[in-house]
Amino acid sequence: MNGIYLDNNATTRVDDEVVQAMLPFFTEQFGNPSSMHSFGNQVGMALKKARQSVQRLIGAEYDSEIVFTSCGTEADSTAILSALKAQPERKTLITTVVEHPAILSLCDYLAEDGYTVHKLKVDKKGRLDLDEYAALLDDDVAIVSVMWANNETGTLFPVERMAQMADDAGIMFHTDAVQAVGKVPMNLKDSAIHMLSLSGHKLHAPKGVGVLYLRRGTRFRPLLRGGHQERGRRAGTENAASIVGLGVAAERALAFMAHENTEVRRLRDKLEAGILAAVPYAFVTGDPDNRLPNTANIAFEYIEGEAILLLLNKVGIAASSGSACTSGSLEPSHVMRAMDIPYTAAHGSVRFSLSRYTTEEQIDYVIREVPPIIAQLRKLSPYWSGNGPAEEVGDSFAPVYA
Amino acid sequence: MWDYSEKVKEHFYNPKNAGAVAEANAVGDVGSLSCGDALRLSLKVDPDTDVILDAGFQTFGCGSAIASSSALTEMIKGLTVDEALKISNQDIADFLDGLPPEKMHCSVMGREALQAAVANYRGETLEDDHEEGALVCKCFAIDEVMVRETIRANHLSSVEDVTNYTKAGGGCSSCHEGIERLLVEELAARGEIFVPAGTGAKAAKKKAKAPLVTLETPQTEQTAPAAPRMTTLQRIRRIETVLESIRPTLQRDHGDVELLDVEGKNIYVKLTGACTGCQMASMTLSGIQQRLIEELGEFVKVVPVSSAAHSQMAEV
Repeated sequence: MNGIYLDNNATTRVDDEVVQAMLPFFTEQFGNPSSMHSFGNQVGMALKKARQSVQRLIGAEYDSEIVFTSCGTEADSTAILSALKAQPERKTLITTVVEHPAILSLCDYLAEDGYTVHKLKVDKKGRLDLDEYAALLDDDVAIVSVMWANNETGTLFPVERMAQMADDAGIMFHTDAVQAVGKVPMNLKDSAIHMLSLSGHKLHAPKGVGVLYLRRGTRFRPLLRGGHQERGRRAGTENAASIVGLGVAAERALAFMAHENTEVRRLRDKLEAGILAAVPYAFVTGDPDNRLPNTANIAFEYIEGEAILLLLNKVGIAASSGSACTSGSLEPSHVMRAMDIPYTAAHGSVRFSLSRYTTEEQIDYVIREVPPIIAQLRKLSPYWSGNGPAEEVGDSFAPVYA
Repeated sequence: MWDYSEKVKEHFYNPKNAGAVAEANAVGDVGSLSCGDALRLSLKVDPDTDVILDAGFQTFGCGSAIASSSALTEMIKGLTVDEALKISNQDIADFLDGLPPEKMHCSVMGREALQAAVANYRGETLEDDHEEGALVCKCFAIDEVMVRETIRANHLSSVEDVTNYTKAGGGCSSCHEGIERLLVEELAARGEIFVPAGTGAKAAKKKAKAPLVTLETPQTEQTAPAAPRMTTLQRIRRIETVLESIRPTLQRDHGDVELLDVEGKNIYVKLTGACTGCQMASMTLSGIQQRLIEELGEFVKVVPVSSAAHSQMAEV
């Protein structure tokens, strides 16, 4: 068996139907949608259709609430910077410690410029304290930005409730939903969410296209100014082929929504149970009762994640890790640290993320291959001896250079 | 995915000397769980001859940490303790046909484990003088601790200074934002305010002006740059002063530079030690040239000369 792809939270395979729908827009349908002639008009119609497909997937009230961007990160930056620009008297942002770098790096950068950034903490299962949140909602807050689902653990945040709380306090609410869209049913028109980011390549559309959902009536200042594309809210000639692709991907995601929450969930649960039954000193991180149906994040104690990934890759299994070494930093994943996962386990956390293309046969293979790999690496570890952790780890291992 | 050499992969997939050595009489532990790297090196040393008879490792870490550990044990078996201590982290990396810059610390860990094990064998205690920070410059693998310490020790105040002293920022320049941030913090700590260099031609003009402290009206010759009038002796002394200020940086990397001759705008130097044949030699030269141009306020060209070529030059 070759090439088992269990890294769908990183990116997904483009759906065949998506590719087919896109192809004409590189050849005969090459027009600029802004043009008056028929070359442009046809493309314009295709973009309108795609906009409506995305509208249906996320349950937006109007199709004009969909603003196409180049990626999820652009949608995130547009949302946050717009809120600050539109409300210059408000100088505070609220977010969480476990956001994606697309939000955290921007917030840290804004903090350098004098903004106050409150990062909500999480407990050991990655859950927020809504009392802490409620206490922070005041008139200085320009925007709250909280992810819908965590990319590493799949843990879901109660964004609909949090959006209502913000709305009641007269505060804008944005959610980075790149991991949730297509996996979690959404009906934004019945929520108090003002802005939402999504990314095409997380739901079987190509890379390089995203969406900012912008609720009608939300005060807005564009990030990119120029032409009148996207009703002046995002200037720049449209990435027509990718937008068309995203439209088809949205239709397909809606069609597979039930499958994602039944069959994909079943395979994920089987994978998790199979590995945990065979490997001691391993546990699931995040909130197992409240998470995306496709994500399993398992911490293997006393070994390091990159080494696990390399050996998995050798047997044709693709996954990812929160270890320091996979990112080139010295700290393990900020999400693992925020949940207070001990270092012995945080470095050895491995994320398996499935998709509708994952098969039972693949899951059975992974369940067979993982345990010997873990055992092989534990044999090399100074923190492991025989069938369990080295006794009194702290005493036996006494590093001179720490 | 990291760009690992075949040799790294070979030592990771099939590590040599994994596990603790039986009857070990030298054990060295380095690293920690918090950094995600830990290595225990155990050696069996012949007490009469000091020869390392057997070596084994136990590693908690990434692919290159395991490969570096495996490589180290292969390299030191059969050597005497003193010979083994001469192995540098670069030697370990070279043995593996190179490591990505983010992973060089894995080879450092190998060398430190060796020092710790030898100290353990000799009954000495080692001081932990090692601190490592987040990687700032990926081109030359310079970390934050190194940059901060160099800024403090040398009272640096510009990105260019940092590049001249540490090489950080001398490659693709994408880390200049990060270096500026460190400068802002370090300058604030000593009560100064970071003033960024200007942009483009204006910056070059400003820089060229700065060292020109002379009050004499420059001769308005169209061809010659507006250089201050220095006697030949003053000029050479100035050049020597600049080279002296650069030498500590080179010596830290086990290299050195020597002034051979000055002829018009050509300054002939000899690079020695680790600088010879180093891929970075041309980088170093352009750094030296830049400093000289600034200090002298005129365009000069730094020409590297091998000693053989130099003796020929003298004959002419």
